[in-house]
Amino acid sequence: MLDRADGQIFTGNVRLVHAVGMHARPAVKLTKLAKKFQAQISVRVAGAPEWINAKSVAKIMAMRAAHGSTIEIKASGTDAEAAVAALVDLVASDFPDGAG
Amino acid sequence: MTETVGIVIVSHSSDIAKGTADMVRQMVGSEVKVAFCGGNPDGGLGTSVQLIIDAINAAWSPKGVAVLVDLGGAETNSEMAVEMLEPARRDLVVVCNAPIVEGAVMAATEAAGGSTLAQVKAVAEELSAD
Repeated sequence: MLDRADGQIFTGNVRLVHAVGMHARPAVKLTKLAKKFQAQISVRVAGAPEWINAKSVAKIMAMRAAHGSTIEIKASGTDAEAAVAALVDLVASDFPDGAG
Repeated sequence: MTETVGIVIVSHSSDIAKGTADMVRQMVGSEVKVAFCGGNPDGGLGTSVQLIIDAINAAWSPKGVAVLVDLGGAETNSEMAVEMLEPARRDLVVVCNAPIVEGAVMAATEAAGGSTLAQVKAVAEELSAD
Protein backbone atom coordinates (compact mmCIF):
# COMPACT_ATOMS: atom_id res chain seq x y z
CA MET A 1 0.00 0.00 0.00
CA LEU A 2 1.67 3.17 -1.16
CA ASP A 3 -1.08 5.42 0.08
CA ARG A 4 -0.58 5.19 3.81
CA ALA A 5 -2.81 7.00 6.25
CA ASP A 6 0.11 8.64 8.09
CA GLY A 7 -0.71 12.11 6.91
CA GLN A 8 -4.36 11.93 7.84
CA ILE A 9 -5.54 13.87 10.86
CA PHE A 10 -8.26 12.45 13.08
CA THR A 11 -10.17 14.70 15.43
CA GLY A 12 -12.66 14.37 18.25
CA ASN A 13 -14.56 16.57 20.66
CA VAL A 14 -15.65 15.61 24.13
CA ARG A 15 -17.23 17.44 27.04
CA LEU A 16 -15.29 17.42 30.28
CA VAL A 17 -17.77 16.04 32.80
CA HIS A 18 -15.28 15.75 35.64
CA ALA A 19 -16.55 17.75 38.60
CA VAL A 20 -13.42 19.82 39.11
CA GLY A 21 -12.18 19.99 35.55
CA MET A 22 -8.76 18.86 34.35
CA HIS A 23 -6.90 18.66 37.65
CA ALA A 24 -3.87 16.55 38.48
CA ARG A 25 -5.28 13.03 38.51
CA PRO A 26 -7.21 13.24 35.24
CA ALA A 27 -4.17 14.90 33.65
CA VAL A 28 -1.97 11.97 34.64
CA LYS A 29 -4.50 9.48 33.26
CA LEU A 30 -4.89 11.34 29.99
CA THR A 31 -1.13 11.59 29.52
CA LYS A 32 -0.52 7.95 30.34
CA LEU A 33 -3.16 6.84 27.87
CA ALA A 34 -1.83 9.16 25.16
CA LYS A 35 1.65 7.70 25.57
CA LYS A 36 0.37 4.25 24.67
CA PHE A 37 -0.09 5.41 21.09
CA GLN A 38 2.54 6.12 18.45
CA ALA A 39 0.47 8.93 17.00
CA GLN A 40 1.18 12.60 17.58
CA ILE A 41 -1.71 13.75 19.73
CA SER A 42 -2.72 17.30 20.64
CA VAL A 43 -5.55 18.63 22.77
CA ARG A 44 -6.97 22.03 23.62
CA VAL A 45 -9.95 23.55 25.31
CA ALA A 46 -12.35 24.30 22.44
CA GLY A 47 -11.36 27.53 20.75
CA ALA A 48 -8.10 28.00 22.67
CA PRO A 49 -5.33 29.50 20.53
CA GLU A 50 -2.77 26.78 21.17
CA TRP A 51 -2.76 23.02 20.87
CA ILE A 52 -1.07 21.14 23.71
CA ASN A 53 0.95 17.95 23.39
CA ALA A 54 -1.25 15.28 25.02
CA LYS A 55 1.85 13.34 26.10
CA SER A 56 3.21 16.22 28.22
CA VAL A 57 1.81 15.86 31.72
CA ALA A 58 3.07 19.27 32.83
CA LYS A 59 1.31 21.01 29.94
CA ILE A 60 -1.91 19.03 30.36
CA MET A 61 -2.05 19.91 34.06
CA ALA A 62 -1.45 23.54 33.20
CA MET A 63 -4.24 23.73 30.60
CA ARG A 64 -6.83 24.28 33.35
CA ALA A 65 -9.82 22.98 31.46
CA ALA A 66 -12.94 23.68 33.50
CA HIS A 67 -15.88 21.42 34.24
CA GLY A 68 -18.31 21.49 31.33
CA SER A 69 -15.76 22.73 28.81
CA THR A 70 -15.24 20.92 25.54
CA ILE A 71 -11.90 19.29 24.86
CA GLU A 72 -10.76 19.05 21.26
CA ILE A 73 -8.44 16.21 20.36
CA LYS A 74 -6.51 15.73 17.15
CA ALA A 75 -4.02 13.08 16.18
CA SER A 76 -1.95 12.02 13.21
CA GLY A 77 0.11 8.88 12.62
CA THR A 78 -0.45 5.19 12.30
CA ASP A 79 -2.80 4.63 15.24
CA ALA A 80 -4.29 8.12 15.31
CA GLU A 81 -7.89 7.03 14.87
CA ALA A 82 -7.70 4.61 17.81
CA ALA A 83 -5.90 7.21 19.92
CA VAL A 84 -8.64 9.79 19.43
CA ALA A 85 -11.33 7.21 20.18
CA ALA A 86 -9.57 6.05 23.36
CA LEU A 87 -9.02 9.59 24.66
CA VAL A 88 -12.58 10.67 23.91
CA ASP A 89 -13.78 7.60 25.76
CA LEU A 90 -11.53 8.33 28.75
CA VAL A 91 -12.81 11.88 29.13
CA ALA A 92 -16.45 10.98 28.41
CA SER A 93 -16.37 8.22 31.00
CA ASP A 94 -14.96 10.65 33.59
CA PHE A 95 -11.50 9.11 33.97
CA PRO A 96 -12.42 5.83 35.64
CA ASP A 97 -9.88 4.20 37.94
CA GLY A 98 -7.69 1.74 36.15
CA ALA A 99 -7.92 3.63 32.86
CA GLY A 100 -4.88 5.11 31.22
CA MET B 1 5.89 -6.00 31.54
CA THR B 2 8.43 -3.59 30.14
CA GLU B 3 10.95 -2.08 32.51
CA THR B 4 10.34 1.47 33.68
CA VAL B 5 12.67 4.01 35.26
CA GLY B 6 12.49 3.84 39.08
CA ILE B 7 11.72 6.87 41.24
CA VAL B 8 13.36 7.74 44.56
CA ILE B 9 12.06 10.49 46.83
CA VAL B 10 14.46 12.04 49.34
CA SER B 11 13.10 14.54 51.86
CA HIS B 12 14.31 15.89 55.18
CA SER B 13 11.00 14.70 56.60
CA SER B 14 9.91 11.06 56.55
CA ASP B 15 6.27 12.23 56.45
CA ILE B 16 6.87 14.28 53.30
CA ALA B 17 8.82 11.46 51.67
CA LYS B 18 6.11 8.91 52.43
CA GLY B 19 3.28 11.28 51.48
CA THR B 20 4.92 12.09 48.16
CA ALA B 21 5.40 8.39 47.43
CA ASP B 22 1.72 7.79 48.29
CA MET B 23 0.69 10.49 45.83
CA VAL B 24 2.77 8.92 43.08
CA ARG B 25 1.33 5.46 43.70
CA GLN B 26 -2.25 6.69 43.82
CA MET B 27 -2.04 9.07 40.88
CA VAL B 28 0.24 7.19 38.54
CA GLY B 29 -0.18 3.58 39.63
CA SER B 30 1.97 0.70 40.69
CA GLU B 31 3.81 -0.01 37.43
CA VAL B 32 6.63 2.33 38.42
CA LYS B 33 8.86 1.35 41.32
CA VAL B 34 8.93 4.09 43.94
CA ALA B 35 11.19 4.15 47.00
CA PHE B 36 11.52 6.94 49.52
CA CYS B 37 13.54 7.99 52.53
CA GLY B 38 13.32 10.93 54.85
CA GLY B 39 14.69 11.99 58.19
CA ASN B 40 17.91 10.97 59.86
CA PRO B 41 18.38 7.56 61.53
CA ASP B 42 17.47 9.10 64.93
CA GLY B 43 14.03 10.04 63.70
CA GLY B 44 14.71 13.76 63.36
CA LEU B 45 14.73 15.95 60.29
CA GLY B 46 17.57 15.29 57.89
CA THR B 47 18.80 12.94 55.21
CA SER B 48 21.09 9.95 55.41
CA VAL B 49 23.44 8.84 52.66
CA GLN B 50 23.00 5.20 53.60
CA LEU B 51 19.19 5.40 53.55
CA ILE B 52 19.37 7.11 50.13
CA ILE B 53 21.61 4.31 48.82
CA ASP B 54 19.14 1.74 50.15
CA ALA B 55 16.23 3.55 48.48
CA ILE B 56 18.03 3.74 45.13
CA ASN B 57 18.76 0.01 45.27
CA ALA B 58 15.14 -0.71 46.27
CA ALA B 59 13.80 1.23 43.28
CA TRP B 60 16.45 -0.16 40.96
CA SER B 61 15.61 -0.72 37.32
CA PRO B 62 17.89 -1.56 34.39
CA LYS B 63 16.58 1.66 32.82
CA GLY B 64 17.88 3.68 35.76
CA VAL B 65 16.56 5.67 38.68
CA ALA B 66 15.47 9.31 38.93
CA VAL B 67 15.91 10.93 42.36
CA LEU B 68 13.69 13.79 43.54
CA VAL B 69 14.93 15.84 46.50
CA ASP B 70 13.77 18.72 48.65
CA LEU B 71 16.23 21.13 50.27
CA GLY B 72 20.02 21.54 50.24
CA GLY B 73 21.36 18.52 52.11
CA ALA B 74 18.95 16.17 50.39
CA GLU B 75 20.62 17.07 47.12
CA THR B 76 24.22 16.91 48.29
CA ASN B 77 23.65 13.67 50.20
CA SER B 78 21.88 12.19 47.16
CA GLU B 79 24.85 13.09 44.98
CA MET B 80 27.13 11.46 47.55
CA ALA B 81 24.93 8.37 47.60
CA VAL B 82 25.17 8.11 43.81
CA GLU B 83 28.97 8.26 44.02
CA MET B 84 28.97 5.43 46.56
CA LEU B 85 26.86 3.09 44.45
CA GLU B 86 28.52 0.16 42.75
CA PRO B 87 30.21 1.55 39.61
CA ALA B 88 27.84 -0.14 37.15
CA ARG B 89 24.89 1.70 38.67
CA ARG B 90 26.36 5.18 39.08
CA ASP B 91 25.77 6.31 35.52
CA LEU B 92 22.16 5.18 35.64
CA VAL B 93 21.04 7.45 38.46
CA VAL B 94 20.18 11.14 38.09
CA VAL B 95 19.22 13.73 40.68
CA CYS B 96 16.49 15.92 39.17
CA ASN B 97 16.36 19.68 39.56
CA ALA B 98 12.63 19.80 40.22
CA PRO B 99 10.08 20.45 42.96
CA ILE B 100 9.80 17.22 44.93
CA VAL B 101 6.05 16.52 44.76
CA GLU B 102 5.29 17.80 41.27
CA GLY B 103 8.57 16.44 39.94
CA ALA B 104 7.91 12.98 41.39
CA VAL B 105 4.39 12.75 39.93
CA MET B 106 5.48 13.97 36.51
CA ALA B 107 8.63 11.85 36.44
CA ALA B 108 6.60 8.77 37.35
CA THR B 109 3.96 9.57 34.72
CA GLU B 110 6.69 9.80 32.10
CA ALA B 111 8.39 6.66 33.40
CA ALA B 112 5.14 4.68 33.24
CA GLY B 113 5.12 5.08 29.47
CA GLY B 114 8.48 3.32 29.23
CA SER B 115 10.54 6.46 28.62
CA THR B 116 14.30 6.63 29.01
CA LEU B 117 16.00 8.09 32.08
CA ALA B 118 16.92 11.24 30.14
CA GLN B 119 13.30 11.74 29.08
CA VAL B 120 12.05 11.22 32.63
CA LYS B 121 14.55 13.76 33.98
CA ALA B 122 13.63 16.28 31.27
CA VAL B 123 9.92 16.03 32.09
CA ALA B 124 10.53 16.44 35.83
CA GLU B 125 12.67 19.49 35.10
CA GLU B 126 10.15 21.05 32.71
CA LEU B 127 8.66 22.78 35.73
CA SER B 128 11.88 24.57 36.61
CA ALA B 129 12.80 25.38 33.02
CA ASP B 130 11.57 28.96 33.00
